[in-house]
Amino acid sequence: MADQKIGAYICKGCGLEDRLDMQQIEMTATRDGKAAVAHQHDMLCSKEGVEMIRNSIESDEITHTVIIACSRRAKVEAFNFDDVAVARANLREGVIWLRPDSDENRETTQEMADDYVRMACAEAKAMHQPSPSGEQDLNKHLLVVGGGVSGMTVALEAAAAGYPVSIVEKSGALGGHVAGLYKRTPQHAAPAGMTNGRNVDLPGAEDTGIEEMIKRVEENADITVHLNSTIAKTSGAPGRFSVDIATESGSTTTENFGAIVQASGFKPYDANQLPEFGYDKSADVVTNMELEALAKAANGGPIKRPSDGKEVTSVAFVQCAGQRSDKEGHLPYCSGFCCTTSIKQALYFKEQNPDCDTTVLYSDLRTPGAAGEDFYRRGQQNEVIFTKGDVSEVATNGDLTVKFKDIILDEDTELVADLVVLATGQVPNSGPDPYAVPLSADDEEAAGDDGTAPEPEENTVTVSVESILNLDYRQGTDLPHLKHGFTDSHFICFPYETRRTGIYAAGPVRRPMDIKQAVDDATGAAMKAIQEVHNAAAGRAAHPRSGDLSFPSFRKEGCTQCKRCTVECPFGAIDEDEEGYPQYNESRCRRCGTCMGACPVRVISFENYSVETVNQQIKNCDIPDEFDEKPRILALACENDAYPALDQAAMSGEELTPWARVIPVRCLGSVNLSWVTDAMNSGYDGVVLMGCQKGDDYQCHFVRGSAMAAERMSKVGDTLSTLNLEPERVVIHEVAITDIKRAPQLINDMAKVVEEIGMSPFKF
Amino acid sequence: MSTNTAMIEKYRNSFLREVEANVEEGDWVKMCMQCGVCSGSCPLGKDWAHPPQEIFMMIRAGKREEVLTSDSMWMCTSCYNCIVRCPRELPITHIMHGLAHYAKRLGLAPKNQPTMKFAQLFWDNLAKKGRVNELKLGISLYFMNGFGEGIKTSLKMKDIGLGMLKAKRMSVAEAFGGHSVKDLTGFQKMLKKAQELEDTRLSQHG
Repeated sequence: MADQKIGAYICKGCGLEDRLDMQQIEMTATRDGKAAVAHQHDMLCSKEGVEMIRNSIESDEITHTVIIACSRRAKVEAFNFDDVAVARANLREGVIWLRPDSDENRETTQEMADDYVRMACAEAKAMHQPSPSGEQDLNKHLLVVGGGVSGMTVALEAAAAGYPVSIVEKSGALGGHVAGLYKRTPQHAAPAGMTNGRNVDLPGAEDTGIEEMIKRVEENADITVHLNSTIAKTSGAPGRFSVDIATESGSTTTENFGAIVQASGFKPYDANQLPEFGYDKSADVVTNMELEALAKAANGGPIKRPSDGKEVTSVAFVQCAGQRSDKEGHLPYCSGFCCTTSIKQALYFKEQNPDCDTTVLYSDLRTPGAAGEDFYRRGQQNEVIFTKGDVSEVATNGDLTVKFKDIILDEDTELVADLVVLATGQVPNSGPDPYAVPLSADDEEAAGDDGTAPEPEENTVTVSVESILNLDYRQGTDLPHLKHGFTDSHFICFPYETRRTGIYAAGPVRRPMDIKQAVDDATGAAMKAIQEVHNAAAGRAAHPRSGDLSFPSFRKEGCTQCKRCTVECPFGAIDEDEEGYPQYNESRCRRCGTCMGACPVRVISFENYSVETVNQQIKNCDIPDEFDEKPRILALACENDAYPALDQAAMSGEELTPWARVIPVRCLGSVNLSWVTDAMNSGYDGVVLMGCQKGDDYQCHFVRGSAMAAERMSKVGDTLSTLNLEPERVVIHEVAITDIKRAPQLINDMAKVVEEIGMSPFKF
Repeated sequence: MSTNTAMIEKYRNSFLREVEANVEEGDWVKMCMQCGVCSGSCPLGKDWAHPPQEIFMMIRAGKREEVLTSDSMWMCTSCYNCIVRCPRELPITHIMHGLAHYAKRLGLAPKNQPTMKFAQLFWDNLAKKGRVNELKLGISLYFMNGFGEGIKTSLKMKDIGLGMLKAKRMSVAEAFGGHSVKDLTGFQKMLKKAQELEDTRLSQHG
């Protein structure tokens, strides 16, 4: 790389000049960092400072810049030069703000700063300016799977924004479950300032408006509806999805789409699994969905019971029927819509005939949404009896007798009713979970020589279900699940975002919800799908590395076809070609680098992030010899949580050991074991790995990255013992972005450990 | 009531509606959301057989006999803690008094309930002269549970009584007739009219 020319730009502002010897910094950059040009500025992020850099890049023909100033998370806009590779040396949050300002600390603080300058220069040298692949063009056409309220909302919102949409609906009509409802629960709370009175006007059930919605969809020129159709095959990637739409009659059409929204909704829970409530014995025990049909048939007149057509004069609602229960075959979760639904249905009876006795037996009345509590009060105004009761049985000989324990009155009791309504829940309409059976790189030797076998997924749903998307991805046909069969969508940071980039989940397939929530959800998913269409066209990453143009490539000559990258990619971005080599799909990739961390032969890299960029940083830190009594601790910190936590610690005046050298990584999943062994071989005394929480309540921005890292690092002890080193020298921690005190403390703890067990013998 | 009808009447609106029609502020009972803040706030709550929250549930569960024969609502001291704290703003204190009053009217209130007995003494005392005769009220309270206990209590309280006499806070003259409001006939007319109105209401709704 003869034409590589590094420009180092040093900031003196924010107290850097007072705490550090700037001449020394400049000398380190030019002498050790081999910077061709070095300039200092009083305030590098100011207009003049940025202009100075700009001019220097042009006049000095700089290809790689090193910004020696603050954290890479600060002043991102100012230091955004898109024609050169940029590395940042973090001397503000990383050094002076984490170290006490006193004479005895001056030397170690300066050493820390000099190291970060060397490391940034070395990183820059190994970096390349990323450029988009141009793998896909702008395709504004969106595919929506499912024609219920969620799917139609996505279609209408996207079409209104100028994006043509195709809806694929399995059944013969649009409208989904909402089309079967008589009324819907209210959407708006009582006006502000409404008193708690017993006679005030509170919101009541509303018309569903589904006919108008279907009409709007059908009349919209930008929306194409495929009824009685399913997806036979989905291939490609965001921006270039190729989808085979199969009709019931057997014909198949292939269309191209920019992004996909899966709004496949839910199935009502099968009440036949509730023999204790007599569902299979009496026609007068119905589910909440079935009651809607009865109410619809009555259309405002008296609701008749199914068995003999008698007008219902007493009705009992059994809440949480087959839900929130650990019993086998029951749903362990709360479906969230059933309490307001039962209030609505009790009012069907009460408003038609105020003398009809309606009793709602609940364990916790949960009424989500702004109108929820007001709607509950409306039910009470109308003399619906709500009682906290644990229903044990519905006896069906003769009259229906509901046996229950009244929790408030603490007694076993029973009531007689003409009709019993079971408030049953939602079962997600997901495709089969690709990880229901753990994938493995190689079935015969699942655990490889350096132990990169994928962690088995915990999933109890084993019912075989039909695929919805029929993806031809290496990692399975459908969206991965989180739990209870719901599609995984990043709960904490990015709802709607599934683990297949460019495919968004909206509505009850993502988590149980009511109509209003589904509409909000679908609107959000439509926006994400639109965003992704443009990201893919420009070769940019979706979040969390929004806008990143780099993408992984691999050195084919070195690849051993071990398949670890194709199996471990949390987003199923990598397929295999006919020869068995990994085949990257740039726009499916989220740039976490988990493939890079997985690769045992280290052939995978990004233009601006590779095994080499980090290795160079590790190697270009000065390691003082054993007798200096200055240990070195390497911290590899996740750039999403741990690194910002350290930045925040600096701002809050926390203290960090002067022996620490922190390198941000894209995800702990991108950490290649070679970095740890190389660091130990270069004489570092300890390594602290800081990633995010893993498991079902994961906080990892890349879902599986931290879990993969933990799995790989569990084997690091063996490596250390072959080097004759203590296993305590390498630790892995889960750090949250809020761990402001804890994050530096974890590194300080390692300093204490090193003090106890002594310095590494690998210093030269 | 046979057991069968008793079961059919459970969790029906009938008793709730009876309460709404006959009990002061009774139409609030349906609005209780069973949070239990009233029961937790009641300074005497632990001594009640059924704290307010439970009474509201019993009304809605159709436990007519149990509610009306209960002495719980007679325990209310009108501290108004529950009213202040009720998130649904139910006038709980008033409902308790309303229920007590209704139970007494029906003759279902527990016999010898001290609060009820005292309330009757208070009313009889007041209705006579339009003013409360404190001396007579005090003495009738001492003797409420019999002659022996009355003597005992009187002796126990004699020092306080003498002190009050000395400080002119009490007059022995009150024991003989006592003084009345200025317009005693007018006052008694008002009471009569009120009773007539109440009787008409009862004959219509009772």
